Amino acid sequence: MRCRADRACFAAVAVALAPAPVAAEAAAEVDAVAGGSVAVETRVFTRPPASPRQDRAGFSPSLVIEPELRLEWNDGLDYLTLIPFVRLDADDDERTHADVREASWTHLGEDYDLVLGISKVFWGVAESRHLVDVINQTDLVEDIDQEDKLGQPMASLTVLRDWGALTGFLLPGFRLRTFPGDDARLRGPLPVAAGEGRFESDLGQGHVDLAFRYAGTFGDIDLGLAHFFGTGREPRLLPEARGGRIELVPHYDLIHQTGLDLQATRGAWLWKGEAIARAGQGEPFLATVAGFEHTRFGVLDTAVDLGLLAEVHLDGRDDAAPPTVFDHDLFLGSRLAFNDVQGSEILAGVVVDWETGAMAWNLEAERRIGERYRIEVTLRAFANVPDEDLLAGIRKDDYLEVRLARFF
Amino acid sequence: MNQPPLADLRRAALAAALLTLLPWAAEAAADDPASKGYAIAVEMDRRETGFGDSAAGLEMILSNAQGQSSRRALRITTLEEPTADEGDKSLVIFDRPRDVQGTALLSYTHIAEPDDQWLYLPALKRVKRVSSANKSGPFVGSEFAYEDLLAQELAKYTYRWLRDEACPGPAGAGLACFVVERIPVYENSGYTRQLVWVDQQEYRPIRIEYYDRKDALLKTLELRDYRQYLDRFWRAHEMTMRNQQTGKSTTLHFDDYDFGQGVSEASFNPKRLPRLR
Repeated sequence: MRCRADRACFAAVAVALAPAPVAAEAAAEVDAVAGGSVAVETRVFTRPPASPRQDRAGFSPSLVIEPELRLEWNDGLDYLTLIPFVRLDADDDERTHADVREASWTHLGEDYDLVLGISKVFWGVAESRHLVDVINQTDLVEDIDQEDKLGQPMASLTVLRDWGALTGFLLPGFRLRTFPGDDARLRGPLPVAAGEGRFESDLGQGHVDLAFRYAGTFGDIDLGLAHFFGTGREPRLLPEARGGRIELVPHYDLIHQTGLDLQATRGAWLWKGEAIARAGQGEPFLATVAGFEHTRFGVLDTAVDLGLLAEVHLDGRDDAAPPTVFDHDLFLGSRLAFNDVQGSEILAGVVVDWETGAMAWNLEAERRIGERYRIEVTLRAFANVPDEDLLAGIRKDDYLEVRLARFF
Repeated sequence: MNQPPLADLRRAALAAALLTLLPWAAEAAADDPASKGYAIAVEMDRRETGFGDSAAGLEMILSNAQGQSSRRALRITTLEEPTADEGDKSLVIFDRPRDVQGTALLSYTHIAEPDDQWLYLPALKRVKRVSSANKSGPFVGSEFAYEDLLAQELAKYTYRWLRDEACPGPAGAGLACFVVERIPVYENSGYTRQLVWVDQQEYRPIRIEYYDRKDALLKTLELRDYRQYLDRFWRAHEMTMRNQQTGKSTTLHFDDYDFGQGVSEASFNPKRLPRLR
């Protein structure tokens, strides 16, 4: 629904936030756009959990509410975005949580953009690991694929030129990573101390992180180069004795990280690579993900596009850094885009550790129903996971998730 | 020594003969179907030149053979490139269906090289450079292929005038049309050829027939409700693409266009996509 608001309603907001010259104009017309989604979902676990402490219920429903409100003025060159987020989970108290995904003012200048407030930023090109993406903290209780992020307070200024875009970020207010509860599925072998964090910086969560990024396009090459200095989003989990049991406490370190992402788009072939150099967690190390996506458009005389994906993972971190599953792995996947009215898509793949043979299988299918509903089905399964592997805690947590969302 | 009078006479006769032939020769050049077809395309292109930038909202209605339909709402902004050796830039932003609201597709069309395309996915805040080799694929499940919607640059086809006839359909009532065949020269087209009915007065396409790789009639596009802007530029406000093989159709209803809004080059920078609304 799109409604035109009375000048009196939003004039105060507009005047308070807009630069003086546009304020008068802004008051003349403010558009309010409301939307968002409500979703019901359930996970179905096929096997009993690895630990007796975990909930044995095989059926785990959840409700997600994510409204979205936008106020626009100055011909859409200024807008406020508000996206609160609430999840109510039947089984996991940690997964039941609320967040402000976005609450920001954006100003689009002639050749610069300014964002002030809580927002989200994505960097990178790879599909199976988002290595260079460092701005937002992972909302891990949402999904183990780490693609869900918490809102990050920021001031960012992007300068747009024909040679590319240069962005500076000021990031006050560190967000703690979320972790599933002690009795929940899809958690590590040991429980994580909820809502706690130890910081290398004396300022703790108050340390203001900095980041810079250059992104440009040169013919069929898209390139991004970024540097981050501040409290790294990825914690080390160190065991501590707590009330007669061992809990893992997240330790957040100050890091320097330089990241490079590159994509060459050559016809039906997308060649992708991301690499980082990080200092501050053990010895400085390099990590990379590189591969391709090749698409066969309109296979077998249908409208269906078939994509084939392959990505190689290497990571040189030592034991003093947070462990990663992507140390020596290969991702193979396939994407089917049906190009139908319902926008049906299937992405299926497997990540294999070529040293241990551990495998994480993954299938995501989605399709629109009517004009306002969307159904998503996710299937994850783990195989050959050794006892000492990072995935050991979730090796019995194969699950099917069905999610039905209604959009407003 | 003077040349014999006969020689003069012969030269004169030759000259006269040539003179009488000249109009015929000129006629032949214009009537040569390839030249005439190209001339019509050049004139269409000329009449489109100089619009600067344009923006319009539109509703897309997709119908299948059983009469079930589904709707989309989107906005298209186009920026004309001032130089003739570069194609236009266009930005499509979706408002409906709601699950894809905010999804944006940015395209740079090029004359000789493949086009550049970036897709913005709002759920992930992610901009993806996508392959433009997907020319013949359906655009958001509609009967329009990407190549039907992108800028129709002059050099993307070769042309051949076929005939003149009355313009077809209700939109063409009372108008005379050129029928021009155009053959895509860019890679990955799904068509062997297209037939375009162009009205002789204003050089607007009235109907386009698309022939598939087996040279069978695949789709027919009817362009209706032409309105003129800035006393120069004609825009069709209703377009219906009918798939002759499946019975499915897609109709586009355009709102009024805005021209010359001074859209900045920066708004067509792929790096700005995450912040466009």
